[in-house]
Amino acid sequence: MTTATTTSVSLDVRDVHLAFGPNRVLRGVDLTVPRGATACVIGPSGSGKSTLLRTINRLIEPDRGDVLLDGRSVLGDDPDALRQRVGMVFQQFNLFPHMSVLRNVTLALRRLRKLGEDEAEAVARAQLELVGLAAKADARPAQLSGGQQQRVAIARALALRPEVMLFDEATSALDPELVKGVLGVMADLSAAGMTMVVVTHEMGFARQVADTVAFMDRGVVLEAGPPEAIFERAEHPRLRRFLAQVL
Amino acid sequence: MDPLSTLWETFFDIDAMREALPEMLTVGLPNTLILAVSAALLGSVLGLLLAVAGISRSRWLRWPARVYTDVFRGLPAAATILLIGVGLAPLGMQVWGPDPYPLGILALSLIAAAYIGEIFRSGIQSVEAAQLEGARALGFSWADAMRLVIIPQGIRRVLPAWVNQLIALIKDSSLVYFLGLVASQRELFRIGQDYAATTGNESALLLAGLCYLVLTVPLTHVVNWIDRRLRNGRPATTPSDDDQDDDLASVLPVATEGDRR
Repeated sequence: MTTATTTSVSLDVRDVHLAFGPNRVLRGVDLTVPRGATACVIGPSGSGKSTLLRTINRLIEPDRGDVLLDGRSVLGDDPDALRQRVGMVFQQFNLFPHMSVLRNVTLALRRLRKLGEDEAEAVARAQLELVGLAAKADARPAQLSGGQQQRVAIARALALRPEVMLFDEATSALDPELVKGVLGVMADLSAAGMTMVVVTHEMGFARQVADTVAFMDRGVVLEAGPPEAIFERAEHPRLRRFLAQVL
Repeated sequence: MDPLSTLWETFFDIDAMREALPEMLTVGLPNTLILAVSAALLGSVLGLLLAVAGISRSRWLRWPARVYTDVFRGLPAAATILLIGVGLAPLGMQVWGPDPYPLGILALSLIAAAYIGEIFRSGIQSVEAAQLEGARALGFSWADAMRLVIIPQGIRRVLPAWVNQLIALIKDSSLVYFLGLVASQRELFRIGQDYAATTGNESALLLAGLCYLVLTVPLTHVVNWIDRRLRNGRPATTPSDDDQDDDLASVLPVATEGDRR
């Protein structure tokens, strides 16, 4: 999984605020992810984790604050160009059901990267190979298990050579026996030096793979630090209560 | 002759049918198909534009699409065809001469567009928002995401309703006879009607009816076939849960092992 790594960059989220009407979803979130590091974001549902990810690639524009890639603010950039630099993987995979697995991966390569058909297919097949699904290139997403679909979604994002990867509860919709395969791909990617923000309920993954674990509650990062500090020496009572519930 | 056999003769006069059949097949059928197919094409293009305008965030697109749909769905087809075929005739005269045929196609298309637009719109709106988000997250613009991901899925879902609309179009194409077609432009119904009027025997009209059924009944089966296929998916291999088909399932405990292939 060395292919996507050389281009990864640092990510800084600074004081990001976002409100939907009276509902203040993000209330000043800070998150620093050095180049090549993996940050896991944990916290109760409704704490703003998924929304935070969407403000990083500007699927949702933050009201206030800044997002920096490689030390440079991206809020003034063309959002479509930004999203080609920031890959995202969703809880429900969001594969395109009317296309083959291969075309799911080549679509952006061809239309956005303007690669020729042969070149796009070569890149896509290599990427599918890395997630162990080269043999499924011609299948439709619906013919694959959830775990396989999610690995295709990861391949689809990686094919664009992103500089940062965002994972939004990538294994939450999977049957338990399929979770490991997806987490394995993510762990590989992390080890290969991708800058990653992983929203997850998989505490085992966070403990083993993350460089930083950030605990979010009610729209702010309450506590962040290396996994040992978060899981063994949690300071904030709400984090302790959360850990007591999920561990 | 007893009344029953008179009745039989009125509808099932084989000789009258045989007389009408050649013209029915060489003139009527092609004309019906030309009218229906060109109106289907133009109506589908216009319908797609209406559907996209109808879900636009701009009220200046949404509103005209709404009004158009209400008007053209709300008027009787015969009235629309007459209004356009006669009303626009002076304009058509300057463009392609006195031929009412193009205006007939235009009128049929405008009517079909209103219905097809609603069909497409409902299909497009049925596609999950997550699909748009997935496409946008890859870096596609809203327009590209709609064109490549959302609209193809939406239209696929409403193909049965769209084919139903084609059936309606085939039938409605008979209404262009209002516009006064010359002999070579007459479609199925008009030819049957002309024979019936001159002979006082309805058999030719019945034959025209049979020709319509030959066109429309198979289409209804196409609808059912598409419907079944959309419901059950294409015949294909069954989903496999063989996530063990690779060595990734055992990766987690050795997560630091970087490049494994």
